Amino acid sequence: MASWLEAEEVSFWRGGRWLLQGVSLKLSPGFWVLLGPNGAGKSSLLRLLSGEWRASRGEVRLEGRPIQSYPPAVLALKRAFLPQQRSLAFPYTAREVVALGRLPHQKGREHPLDRERIAWALAETGASHLADRPYLALSGGERTRVDLARILAQDTPILLLDEPTNHLDPRQQLEVLSLAQRLGQEGRLVLAALHDLSLAALFAQRLLLLKEGRLLAQGEPEEMLEPALLEEVYGVPFEVVAHRGRRLVLPRLSRPGWS
Amino acid sequence: MRQKPFDTERRRQGVLLALALLLPLCLLLGASGGAYPIAPLEIPRVLKEGLEGAAVLLNIRFPRVLLAAVVGGTLALTGAALQGLLRTPLVEPGLLGLGLGAAAGAVLWLAWFPLVPWGLPLAAALGVLGVLGLLLRLAAGEGAPAGVRLLLLGLLLSPILSALIGLVQFRVGDPQGRSLSFWTLGGLSGASWELLALTAPLALLSALALLGLGRALNALTLGEEEAYHLGVAVGALKRWGLFLIALGVGAAVAAAGNIAFVGLLVPWLLRALGGADHRFVLAGAWLLGASLTVLADLLARTLFAPAELPLGLLTTLLGGPLFLFLLVREGWRG
Repeated sequence: MASWLEAEEVSFWRGGRWLLQGVSLKLSPGFWVLLGPNGAGKSSLLRLLSGEWRASRGEVRLEGRPIQSYPPAVLALKRAFLPQQRSLAFPYTAREVVALGRLPHQKGREHPLDRERIAWALAETGASHLADRPYLALSGGERTRVDLARILAQDTPILLLDEPTNHLDPRQQLEVLSLAQRLGQEGRLVLAALHDLSLAALFAQRLLLLKEGRLLAQGEPEEMLEPALLEEVYGVPFEVVAHRGRRLVLPRLSRPGWS
Repeated sequence: MRQKPFDTERRRQGVLLALALLLPLCLLLGASGGAYPIAPLEIPRVLKEGLEGAAVLLNIRFPRVLLAAVVGGTLALTGAALQGLLRTPLVEPGLLGLGLGAAAGAVLWLAWFPLVPWGLPLAAALGVLGVLGLLLRLAAGEGAPAGVRLLLLGLLLSPILSALIGLVQFRVGDPQGRSLSFWTLGGLSGASWELLALTAPLALLSALALLGLGRALNALTLGEEEAYHLGVAVGALKRWGLFLIALGVGAAVAAAGNIAFVGLLVPWLLRALGGADHRFVLAGAWLLGASLTVLADLLARTLFAPAELPLGLLTTLLGGPLFLFLLVREGWRG
């Protein structure tokens, strides 16, 4: 059986350099986290996997078919994408923004099911109380939750999230990641780019480590969170501490007295 | 809280219904007013009994108010659609120089084919496409917000286009005596059934097709990438949308010159009335633009009767200050 989403030897050239080189992966349902330093190519990989960008070499396949062979309207029923940078040109309310997520499902008028999904999505991201406020008047964290609700309302089997915990406080980060984990357990494919290693270890089923456009390693959090591997990826020494059966990742401070 | 989406929905339906009722009222008012006033409620009797006002109504007033409605509705709707496609509330066909591009196309057509009037709106549409192509090419790149860049370029292109129109007219007389100020300030004094027949099919066709773009334009509000992720083929949408806008603006300007600010004022009013959902704004813009233009034309005809004010003068005096106010209040966003 073809995997849901796969990349085969994908390379991507832009602005005079290779942003990604020879990345191969096969994604199946579950919660995957993409880790790597800034500039490692996390956003580029997500955009290639979403079909928005076309690989310079290699191929991205969705359900076994080249992703470029899908028309945008069909693709929008299969995967949703949360970008890092978001904007809004006209003053919509938060609910109207979330309702845009229903667009791929609608032919004509709004269906009762649409309203149901919108209300559900707002509740899942803890944004119900924001529904009637103008989106542009919301704080960064509130916007992130509304945008996540829009992605949820799109109701796709695949969700690609570029730093979904941006601007969120610790509690909201936990809520978003446990939501992502649950969606993964319920049989969706969630792939999120994150920065926080400990949080990733806590929630993800599989980790992908990206460095300078190459996929260094992939696997279970227990295998991936090895100090040597992390140091290779991020260029700083790390300590991995087991605490009550959970793994915590801490940077190792080389000179005593720095802290 | 539960009630809110239904409230907004109901409110929008209410506004659209009110606007749909306003339009026939405005048409009636427009047909009754003028140098030879006929009471609105007398109109059916005058027509039926063939009284002396009947000829005025049939030959002058009816084509004029209908043309005003078609032109005004088209300008407002193309303004709203242009704002959605370019993702900024700061643009309208007139300000971007599209109207003058249409006028330049029309004037050039008249210079070569003065006796083939059916080509006029199409030549004007080509003029719009030419200016659009130039604008989008010049405005590409980084720097100031896209809306501000487009606006600045449009304002720079406008005097150049005016000069071009003036030059062509200087060399080639217009058989119908349309002057440079007709093209730049607009007016409906040339209205006739023939002109309406020339204008309405193209304008209404473009309007009907534009009305279908509401949902896609809503998605575009989030950005071109987001619209793509929501299933919109963005490139095709922009090409099709700009083509339809060019057809509409071409038809409207070929018939009535540049009636400025209708395309800016009307969408703004509608967003204030019922929010920014394009499905609502586009439909409302056509209705409100039609009504306001019929009323503005009535004023232009009657304020200094028997002299007639250029229609664009009035709309500029109304819309210009509002635009300034918005620009300052919105802090040059866009």
